[in-house]
Amino acid sequence: MRPSPADAAIDAKTVPLHRLAHARAGDKGDRLNLALFAYSPEHYETLLRHVTEERVLALFAHRGASRVRRYPMPGLGGMNLVIDDVLQGGVNGALNLDGHGKTLSFLLLGMTVTVEDAEPQR
Amino acid sequence: MTFLIGSGAGFSGDRTDAAIPVVAELIRRGLPSALVFETLGERTLAAAHRAMRDAPDAGYEPLMDELLAPVLRDCLDHGIAILGNFGAANPAGACELVRRLAARVGRPAARIGRVHGDDIRARLADLDLAPWEAETRALPGDEDLISANVYLGAAPLVQALELDAEVVVTGRVADPALFLAPLVHHFGWAWDDWDRLAAGMMAGHLGECGAQVSGGYFADPGVKDVPGLATLGYPIIEVESDGRLVVTKPPGTGGCVTVRTVKEQLLYEVHDPVNYLTPDVVVDLSQVGVRQLGPDRVEIGGIKGKPAPERLKTTVCYEGGWQGEAEISYAGPNALARARLASDVLRERLTFRAPPELRQRLDIIGHASVFDDDDGALQRRMTAAADGDYRLRLAVEHAERGWVERATQELLALYCAGPAGGGGVRRHFQRRVFTASYLVKRTDVEAFATLIEESCHAPIAS
Repeated sequence: MRPSPADAAIDAKTVPLHRLAHARAGDKGDRLNLALFAYSPEHYETLLRHVTEERVLALFAHRGASRVRRYPMPGLGGMNLVIDDVLQGGVNGALNLDGHGKTLSFLLLGMTVTVEDAEPQR
Repeated sequence: MTFLIGSGAGFSGDRTDAAIPVVAELIRRGLPSALVFETLGERTLAAAHRAMRDAPDAGYEPLMDELLAPVLRDCLDHGIAILGNFGAANPAGACELVRRLAARVGRPAARIGRVHGDDIRARLADLDLAPWEAETRALPGDEDLISANVYLGAAPLVQALELDAEVVVTGRVADPALFLAPLVHHFGWAWDDWDRLAAGMMAGHLGECGAQVSGGYFADPGVKDVPGLATLGYPIIEVESDGRLVVTKPPGTGGCVTVRTVKEQLLYEVHDPVNYLTPDVVVDLSQVGVRQLGPDRVEIGGIKGKPAPERLKTTVCYEGGWQGEAEISYAGPNALARARLASDVLRERLTFRAPPELRQRLDIIGHASVFDDDDGALQRRMTAAADGDYRLRLAVEHAERGWVERATQELLALYCAGPAGGGGVRRHFQRRVFTASYLVKRTDVEAFATLIEESCHAPIAS
């Protein structure tokens, strides 16, 4: 699930989001928000193209995610992703060690995306 | 003139020495200022109610003494108002603690304000309730209900400041309202000046999590490096009367304030950025921009506001039975297979040793844990090193403590009856308090402030 550095070597143009973007997770009840920001402005379009509601829903499907909404934030070079029912009870109801889902920003950052210019940057 | 708001804590359990350099800087700059302690989350409020149920004198922030003692005298001497939601489930108890602390630092006449009205437990059955949009759970029955607290806005906090309170103690209020209140009080902003209220709320949103905007919860070595994490400076937000905001931190402290740290915090716990709901204003972040003015100085512009929502969010706490956790470690050659065998044995044992309604989860820490779901979907499809250092964790939940104890005892029994080389068992149990969110009409909420010597003679609305 979480790509190893070797995954990036398979195709030089395919990289984990972690190479292009930073993220933070926040929670309210059983709903998670993931704020994702490109390090450099040219990768904002890459995020828009590849980090779709469908792909994010698939990434979190195993945890029962029911819906993803994406809010592009061009002024910040990033987006807000809001994922419903992904915390299996949330901070006061989950059996997960991380009921807040704070670690899940890095599950998102493990998602691979294709970079057209093959020059991932920070 | 610029108003400065410093943050001394971003959650219950935060560093208790964080406010010291913040207050020193507020004093050095000599501008009108306030200090905010935000210590109340969904988890903390539930924990506070659980604590108060077990001991009626408890239920406020357990670290209050350590948070306030180092800075209370300096704030009182320099006219720096302190605002905190450290009252949690028991604001009256928290006020009493502040009174004792003030006496201890030589200021027994300190004016302490208390905000009332968030506690609607007694009236809940008569109110018009709507489920919060992402809430799927039904309202618990009377026998399970523990508490109901409304997220109040800034108005009763402003009222406390108008009573010349030097310390304002609240229970459940919207976290950023702790910051908005001194701004409304100082600048005299109108309650329908939506853009300014929105800017004030975002000043609060940026500051409410303490160091999360000044380099805390940000470092990713080699990718996002942060200097001096051990001496991280907590934020100071500079606010102008027209709503312009600059985030900074005390000089000489660790951490960093950059456009990246500010962007991460701007959207933290936000859902629709065009309609970020707070009790006092609906914030529109669609035009927001951030700009680095200099080292550790970031300006935020373009914040817009819209009229406040008709309903206020309410957190309802109710009985959640018992949770138990137990763990055991396997390390060295073939450790993953031994941990997996232990996990399989536990699952099988629990099928005939526990009732079917026992909720359970088994993690193998070091292989798959926090990313996984309760059924272990990731564990089954992921690969990991056969040799390593793994820790099996069982978590269970049941209405009766006895079943939780018996289930975790099955993990303990792995010592003699499980795979080879297991060690380091730890287990513990706790009562659970579940929470659910509802919306109440703001016209049904009666919030106000008193000074504590006055509240001694008046009925307390809780």
